[in-house]
Amino acid sequence: MKDIIIIGGGIIGCAVARELCRYQASVKLLERGGDVSLGTTKANSGIVHAGFDAKPNTMKAKFNLLGNAMFDDLAKQLDFPFKRNGALVLCFDKDEMDGLKDLYDRGVANGVEGLELLDGEKVRQLEPHISEKVAGALYAKTSGIVSPYEMCFAYAENAAVNGCEFLFNKEVCDISKDKDKWRVKSKDGCEYFADVVINCAGVHADDINNIVCKEKIKIVARKGEYMLYDKSCGSLASRTIFQMPTKMGKGILVAPTTHGNLITGPTANDVDDKEGLFTTYDGLGEVYTKSLVSVPSLNKRLVITQFSGLRAHSESGDFIIGESCQKGFYNVAGIESPGLTSAPAIGVHVAEEVADILSLIKKDSFEETRKGIPHFATMTDEEREALIKTNPLYGKVICKCEVVTEGEIVDSINRPVGAKDVDGVKLRTRAGMGKCQSGFCMEKVMEILARERGIAFDEVQKCDGGKIVFGKAKGGK
Amino acid sequence: MINKNLVIIGGGPAGLAAAKSAYDAGERDIVILERQSELGGILNQCIHNGFGLHTFKEELTGPEYAARYIVEVQKRGIECKLDTTVLSISNSKVVTAVNETDGLIKYQAKAVIVACGCRERPRGGINVAGSRCAGIFSAGTAQKLINIDGYMPGKEVVILGSGDIGLIMARRMTFEGAKVKAVVELMPYSSGLNRNIVQCLKDFDIPLLFSHTVVDIKGEGRVSGVVIAQVDERLNPIMSTAQEIKCDTLLLSIGLVPEKELAEKAGVKVSPVTGGAVVDESMMTSVEGIFECGNVLHVHDLVDFVSKESEDAGASAARYIREGIRPDGKVSIEGADGVRYVVPHYLSKSANLDKLQLKMRVANVFKNKRLVAEIDGEEVLSKKKQIVTPGEMESIVLTGEQIKRIQRGDKLTLRLKD
Repeated sequence: MKDIIIIGGGIIGCAVARELCRYQASVKLLERGGDVSLGTTKANSGIVHAGFDAKPNTMKAKFNLLGNAMFDDLAKQLDFPFKRNGALVLCFDKDEMDGLKDLYDRGVANGVEGLELLDGEKVRQLEPHISEKVAGALYAKTSGIVSPYEMCFAYAENAAVNGCEFLFNKEVCDISKDKDKWRVKSKDGCEYFADVVINCAGVHADDINNIVCKEKIKIVARKGEYMLYDKSCGSLASRTIFQMPTKMGKGILVAPTTHGNLITGPTANDVDDKEGLFTTYDGLGEVYTKSLVSVPSLNKRLVITQFSGLRAHSESGDFIIGESCQKGFYNVAGIESPGLTSAPAIGVHVAEEVADILSLIKKDSFEETRKGIPHFATMTDEEREALIKTNPLYGKVICKCEVVTEGEIVDSINRPVGAKDVDGVKLRTRAGMGKCQSGFCMEKVMEILARERGIAFDEVQKCDGGKIVFGKAKGGK
Repeated sequence: MINKNLVIIGGGPAGLAAAKSAYDAGERDIVILERQSELGGILNQCIHNGFGLHTFKEELTGPEYAARYIVEVQKRGIECKLDTTVLSISNSKVVTAVNETDGLIKYQAKAVIVACGCRERPRGGINVAGSRCAGIFSAGTAQKLINIDGYMPGKEVVILGSGDIGLIMARRMTFEGAKVKAVVELMPYSSGLNRNIVQCLKDFDIPLLFSHTVVDIKGEGRVSGVVIAQVDERLNPIMSTAQEIKCDTLLLSIGLVPEKELAEKAGVKVSPVTGGAVVDESMMTSVEGIFECGNVLHVHDLVDFVSKESEDAGASAARYIREGIRPDGKVSIEGADGVRYVVPHYLSKSANLDKLQLKMRVANVFKNKRLVAEIDGEEVLSKKKQIVTPGEMESIVLTGEQIKRIQRGDKLTLRLKD
């Protein structure tokens, strides 16, 4: 049996893992953090792009189109939130309408269907909360929204069920050739051997590549800050609202999320710190100011949280996908926007290429589908009744803002590649993602985590290294 | 579907007082729905004293105060469903709730009292930039961790906001051996009670920095420091004044927000100022038969006031169940010139009352003013005020005669005058 090691547990690593599990091979995924989806995957706009923005004949254009077309089936198969809600690129100045036309033409050249140029009046009919100043827009009907981390969990769980081994807290520090095999060392002193190593290390993909290859690559971390609004603002936009793109990216968008919130952002600033997921006073100010240009009625007081993510921007401007100058070392790097959209297609493509390199044959059986955590909040009363009959814990609401039950939280912990900490539970179930931002439920989630994982209450963490309490109080029980 | 005359949502101080007084007004078919495993609501974690001075003329702790009402409710044999979360209220007063033993429960109520309290405003609401690591808690969450679970949420603490819970937690964490390095308040005044500033900060030499805010939170896994800065008159930070305070914990006490969502989804009209429902003198909302009281209606300073308001709501609901039909014709009650809001928002023209308490909050600190009630421009009442602050609720009580005068008019305005 051939051994394959995937480095990085983001959407790309997990998609590649899942698709590779179709073949007879031993697949391991090494992730430096304690969970999947901790990097760029966790903190991006969650947009499934139509594909008009990428330059024709680039990998970005190719995988964007292929990936976009896969979402309807994939979202059903792997049970993650996805909606084809359409997108508008706004133009505020009649003189800029040529720019929109260029985008339209580029989209047509890329093979995007359902593109339409609209005048300001028509745009406001579609989106009544949009600025009066909008002169026109490019309407892309095939654009969609997805919950990126839930998509990643779905991929990871399905990969795990099909035999992929997930190894966490394995930060790769060295890769070398040992006879026919690659020897991959992690910082904790472990060694793993593989016939093919696939580099899906996001903003660190250059570090990994540059250990092995003479042909160096450089990945720049491009920070994007976001503001997320309460669900009472969710109806301010039903489509994804872009402004005209610039050379730094697609600009500040306003979009609904698959869960009915409203997201605004991102900024685009190249940063040296590849770990810095903090937001900044200026960045948040920029997000707010620029989002008001599209939707003037946004109220800052209804923001429930802010976050930032780092895009893995390759200096080449395009995705880097393929076997490197070193045989058996395969790069999937520089996966910035439209990376999320492209992920399903990249997963299939990389798996096929690696299968080819190693002459792998397909397994007799592969579990195509994955069932997500039941979502009590959106069920009908009949469905809720039935669910509680299977397990009374689905009758116990823990997070009242998002109506998340204990049953869902227990499921999120105990399923394959399950949640280990409070943030893991949050991203899988939405407990703590509502109006009070875990003020009421964090401590209950901690209790459930401690019980299910058999650890002490004060060992429960928010995230990697994120200790929540420091031992017992003087009067503590 | 279970038929129930009165469904009370929330078994905290508001729900308990409403239940007790509805019973005493003759209503027997009552259920209290409480999402926690115990009655008492947020009082259970408020183990400090200072409760009950108005109601019982003695100083009680939160749990003691709650116990007084729990005993009364139990004595009356009022049904309480614990560990039961209300999922929705319809405008026809169908209350859907869920728990582990009964599954989904639906009540068709004749009257509903919404008494589900408030929540703490989270970090997002004020857009504090920085890390999203562990160690950032709302003050109430920290209070629960210490007082209910018995664990320390931090050792070196900065508190943003000088609301009452933040002040109480400054003292509480100090008692438990933590070092509270500063309480940072955006405004030039505190939104907390003066007695808490004295007893929780001054007595422990904890600095209170007015006109300051947190502009950055440092830390990877856990908070390692916060950067604070002074703000200008328009409340924008002056970055040249920024300084980092090393700490492992940031507590937020930046305001309380009524949990309006359940009632709002039933069609209840909400005041943009209080965040709670718009009610008449009986605490009835814009949806007939749905009442609101306590912190879900407007955020109170003292639980004693919550109890009083909720007793009124309980008695009103019992009367409504008995007599039906809400009275028509209303005098609107509004705040102006420094008075931010007044509760109730309406007075029914046909209500037969011998007195009525109007509760209000002011928008800023004012000195040497008169609090004036005017009906259609004519002064009916004036009360001298040496000082009024946004942190302390003001109230005036109208007599039966004044009420009758007001009921002949259309609009009652409360304002501050020189």
